[in-house]
Amino acid sequence: MTLTTEAGRAKHALTTMWTIRRFEEAVDDMFARGLMHGTMHLSIGQEAVPTGACMALSEGDYITSTHRGHGHCIAKGAKLDAMMAELLAKETGYCRGRGGSMHIADVATGNLGANGIVAGGVPIAAGAGLAVRMRGGSQVVVSFFGDGAVNEGAWHEGVNLAAIWDLPVVFVCENNRYGMSMSVDRAFNVDTLAERARGYGIPGVTVDGNDPQAVHDVVAEAVQRARSGGGPSFVEALTYRWKGHSKSDKNLYRTREEIESWRERDPIAAFEAVVTGGGAAGSASSEVPTLSESDVEECRTLARDRVREAIRTATAAPDADAATLTDAVYAPAGESIAGGTRG
Amino acid sequence: MTTTSETVNGAAAPESGPVTGSATPAAAEPRTLTYSEAVREAMAQAMAADERVFLFGEDVGTYGGAFGVSGDLVHRFGTERVRDTPISELGIVGAAVGAGLAGMRPIVEIQFSDFTAQAMDQIANQAAKIHFMLGGAATVPMVLRAPGGSGTGAAAQHSQSLEAWFAHVPGLKVVMPSTAADAKGLLLSAIDDPNPVIVLEHKLLYKQSGPVPEEPVRVPLGETAVRRTGGDVTIVATGVMVSRALEAAERLAADGVSASVLDPRTLRPLDDQTIVDSVAATGRALLVQEAPKTGGFMSEIAARIVESPAFGRLQAPVSRLCGLDVPIPYAPQLEQAAVPQVDDIVAKAGELVRRW
Repeated sequence: MTLTTEAGRAKHALTTMWTIRRFEEAVDDMFARGLMHGTMHLSIGQEAVPTGACMALSEGDYITSTHRGHGHCIAKGAKLDAMMAELLAKETGYCRGRGGSMHIADVATGNLGANGIVAGGVPIAAGAGLAVRMRGGSQVVVSFFGDGAVNEGAWHEGVNLAAIWDLPVVFVCENNRYGMSMSVDRAFNVDTLAERARGYGIPGVTVDGNDPQAVHDVVAEAVQRARSGGGPSFVEALTYRWKGHSKSDKNLYRTREEIESWRERDPIAAFEAVVTGGGAAGSASSEVPTLSESDVEECRTLARDRVREAIRTATAAPDADAATLTDAVYAPAGESIAGGTRG
Repeated sequence: MTTTSETVNGAAAPESGPVTGSATPAAAEPRTLTYSEAVREAMAQAMAADERVFLFGEDVGTYGGAFGVSGDLVHRFGTERVRDTPISELGIVGAAVGAGLAGMRPIVEIQFSDFTAQAMDQIANQAAKIHFMLGGAATVPMVLRAPGGSGTGAAAQHSQSLEAWFAHVPGLKVVMPSTAADAKGLLLSAIDDPNPVIVLEHKLLYKQSGPVPEEPVRVPLGETAVRRTGGDVTIVATGVMVSRALEAAERLAADGVSASVLDPRTLRPLDDQTIVDSVAATGRALLVQEAPKTGGFMSEIAARIVESPAFGRLQAPVSRLCGLDVPIPYAPQLEQAAVPQVDDIVAKAGELVRRW
């Protein structure tokens, strides 16, 4: 499926990327102004990966996400106001203020949750794939994780289970070059992380994670393979986080020049250039632009307005209520919430 | 269809004041099963009744389980639903979390409870917390069965009693069956439960027999069983210590000391009211566990007793009789010395009654 030559899909991809960007910028800003507490992991610069990957999914498909998960959530179709309300510690947040940034899930859209533990979602994704397989379903699970996860035991165990049981899981690595401050060059003795896939007997491929079309192409192929019983795949998407790991990051482990060089490879600007016919260097440009300048402006405005509206709605919502703090430690007998439905 | 099990395990049948809370059919000989057969029957009945239920773990298939608990289940339900896994505890517990989240009812067998250490992230950080962290928007129905306890010469990494680890984590339920009937009935309740439930079976109990109802009779989580009633001292015990406490109570009775024996059966949720009521009546509490004393679950029960109105009725200090604070050793005489034996319970209970 081409995202660049069909106006509807191009708008969807662009609006999704801008929504992630604006959402993260708004969060960054509210943090700086003391309006938000806790900690946050922003995905500015990495918007192409969740956008390209989630456009390869259908309704009912699952994802597992990470501590840097706002983009996955948005790309999978989460409600911005409930996300923002969660970050603002409101009762109307996705987790009623119990989870915060690192635990947002949206079971209704198949998002089984962000995760505060590196690689925590990987075996969970294998288990969701096992559930699909045992039910004879046709859903696919996409498990997002970062480069850091690929050295965790949980990653190896989860990928191996999916491989030996041919489970319908696509493992998508957002290789943003650093596990907090640890560079992939120092953390791995392989040239590409995708090489690890061979060790599990599954296909592995490395793509430009700043190009939503490239991400989409390989993920769509992997999803198709998984859906038709061909088992799991591993996709390594090369990208970069512009912001620090979290609030405490002083960027001591990388240079200003390095950050600047990746900012020049802005996935959104590059995509806009392609779809408006400008054609980024090395990209295919079409004779007839897919989107006009005003189309692009419309996408940007829509993203900005959505985020603003989410902030407005969330800010007005009631704070999380301590009176019901212990209510949801255990699910009441008879209550089982699964498969995207409650009760 | 819910009833409370009041059966007593093994040879230690109570003489003075056996408790029969629920109606017991006075008819023919009740059917007996071993504890491990009872576990297997619970799993078979749950799998037959609900397609979402499945068992997976290391060697649970053709091998029949390291302790033979899954037995022939693979022949009855096939390799999809009785699924062998690689040696990969973190992966398989994580897969159970994912399968539960996505609508299945997985039962994971961990070969020795000690190996849960390999899987602790998925148990304590994922399974236990997901329902809460997500504000109640998802559930993780799963059962993790694992044998614990010493007495088999398996030494320090295959003999621990780790219930306090799990009981300390909000979001987990923790079950310790001490009889064959409870092994079945509590497991059925655990499978029904929408929350992650850790079921700690005891290796020494697997071959012990007891009456077990043929029907899938649930034993509710969170009900302390009164195994024997006596007026001088309340002995609270878990796991294999329950049968030792009952044997001790027999010998104490011969010496004129009358003991109640209580078996909490589930540590989370804990029915502390039954314990507190008993201690209020006897005025003395002896709390017996196999696990090391420091930070053990009986410390929690001690605290519940002294925080309760039973405090005012105490005639003796609340007393714990626990495993020593050592790793479980290999040599049989050392292993025996590391955890409470019947003699120790008799001596300690007798001392509590005579000295105070």
